[in-house]
Amino acid sequence: MIVAEIKEIAEIRQMIDRYSSILVVGCDSCVAECAAGGNRETMLLAAALKLSYRKDNKDPVITESCLDRQCVDDFIERIAHLVPEHEAILSLGCGAGVQALARVYSDKPIIPALDTLFIGETEMRGVWQENCLGCGKCKLGYFGAVCPVTRCSKKLMNGPCGGSKGGRCEVREDIPCGWDMIMRRLESLGELDRLEEYVPPVDWSTSHSGGPRRVVREDQKP
Amino acid sequence: MKTESRLEKVLSAGHFAVTAECGPPRGADVSSVEKKGRTLLGCVDAVNVTDNQTAIVRMSSVAACSILKGLGHEPILQMVTRDRNRIALQSDLFGAFALGVCNVLCLTGDHQCFGNQKEAVGVFDLDSIQLVKTVRDMREQGTMIGGTEIQVAPKMFIGAAANPFADPPEWRVVRLAKKVQAGADFIQTQSIFNLDRFEQFMTRARDLGLTEKVSILAGVTPLKSVGMARYMATKVAGMDVPEETINRMAAAPKDKQADEGIRIAVETIQKVREIKGVAGVHLMAIEWEEKVPEILKAAGIPQRAHV
Repeated sequence: MIVAEIKEIAEIRQMIDRYSSILVVGCDSCVAECAAGGNRETMLLAAALKLSYRKDNKDPVITESCLDRQCVDDFIERIAHLVPEHEAILSLGCGAGVQALARVYSDKPIIPALDTLFIGETEMRGVWQENCLGCGKCKLGYFGAVCPVTRCSKKLMNGPCGGSKGGRCEVREDIPCGWDMIMRRLESLGELDRLEEYVPPVDWSTSHSGGPRRVVREDQKP
Repeated sequence: MKTESRLEKVLSAGHFAVTAECGPPRGADVSSVEKKGRTLLGCVDAVNVTDNQTAIVRMSSVAACSILKGLGHEPILQMVTRDRNRIALQSDLFGAFALGVCNVLCLTGDHQCFGNQKEAVGVFDLDSIQLVKTVRDMREQGTMIGGTEIQVAPKMFIGAAANPFADPPEWRVVRLAKKVQAGADFIQTQSIFNLDRFEQFMTRARDLGLTEKVSILAGVTPLKSVGMARYMATKVAGMDVPEETINRMAAAPKDKQADEGIRIAVETIQKVREIKGVAGVHLMAIEWEEKVPEILKAAGIPQRAHV
C-alpha cells in the first residue's frame, strides 16, 4: 500500500487560505490503513481546520467527504455533486489521488493535505515500513524476499557495504541493514549460495529513470 | 604486465608496497595538493587521491590525480559510485587514463548523510563490485557497459576496498572473493586498529586462496589524539577502534598524544608486515600527510626503490 503522513495545519493553511469554500476529501484505502487520510482522519482534519480558522475570526465553508478510493474514476465521480459549490478541494489522498482528482475536476485547484512517502507494509499497529521502490523488475526471488533496492540505503546489488555494523545501517542506528536481513533470511532458507554470484548492473530503465511509467492493457479496456 | 602501473610492477616484483592517501582540498587550491604531494615524494609507490571522502565536497579526484602526476607521483584514482552514474563514471575513467592515471580504487562511498550536502540525491547506479568489473572489461575486452567498443580503452590496475571489521564478519571474505572474481588486482583495507580481527580476516582470505590472486595492502591511520580515537570508534562508519587503543591514547599527556598515535601506527605497520599474505601497507594520515615519511622511517620501511 501507499504510506503517507498528514501535513502540519500551518502548511495546509498556507495553500488554502486564499479560498472561501473548501471540500475536504479523504480516501478510505491505503491512506486509511496508515491512519493518514481515511474517513476518520478526514473528519478530524476538517474539524481542526474549522477550529484553526475560528481562532483567526475567519469562517470559510468547509465540507468533508470520503471516497472509497481516490485514484479510480468510478469512485471519484461520487463527489461530483459537491464539487461545483466549492472553490477548491483539499485531498487526503496520496499523490496519485490528488492528481486523479485534478484530472477529473480539471477546473478546480486540488491541494494535497498529505505527504506521500512510500510503498510499504503495516509491520505492526503504528509502524509502517518502506519495502518497495517499484523498480519495475522484481528481484526479490534472488534475495530471500528482502529487497536490496529498497532496504539497502545504497541500493547495493553485491552488498553489504563496509558500513554495516551489528546488523545496523551506517545511515542511522534505527535502520536495519538490508543486506544483513538478506543474508540472515537466505541462511535460514539454506540458500546463501545465491549471494556468491556477481550481480550485474541494474537496468534502471524499467524504473522511474525511464520516465513516468504507464501500463496499457487492451484486454482490460472497455 | 596488465598495465603501465608502477604499483603493479612493485607488487609483481614481490616488493612490500607502500601507498598513502592524499585528500584534495575543499576548493581549487592547487598549492595545497602540491604541498601534500611533495611531502610524499620518494617514500611511497603510489598516492591514493580520495573522492569527496565522507561525502564532503572537495576538488575532483581526477584533477588532483593529474596535479600529483605532474609532481612525479603515481596516482591511484579513488572513485565512488555515490555521486556519478555509469555514464559519468566511465567518462571519468577515460579522462583519467588520458591524463596518465593508470590505477583506480573502486568504492561505493560513504552515504551522503555523513557529508555537508545531506539533501543530495544518492546515485548508486553501480556498486563498487560492478565498477571493478566495468574497469576490468574496459581493460580486457576493450568494451564499456553494454558491450560498445572503446577507442583506446583505459588499461587500469584495479583496486577495491575491504573492511575486515564490518559485519557480518564471516561474509567479509566472501565479499572479498567477489571483488577478486570481478577483477580486483589489489585491495586496500579499512584502517586497522584491531589486529586480532585483521589476522582472522587474513587467515580466512589465505584459506580461500585469495592472497594468491590479489595483493592485500593493510590500511593504517595514525591517531592524532584521544578525541580522534573516540570519534573514529563511535562516529566513523565501519571502524573498529578497541577500548585498549583508546585507553593507550588517553594515558598519554595531551601534548604527547600525537607521538603515541604515531607509535601505534608504526607498531601496526611492523605487525601487519609479519602477517602472511600482506603485500603492502596503505597509510591514511588524515590531514596529516606530512607525518608519513617519519612513520615509514620509524617502521623500518626503506625509501622506495625504482622498479
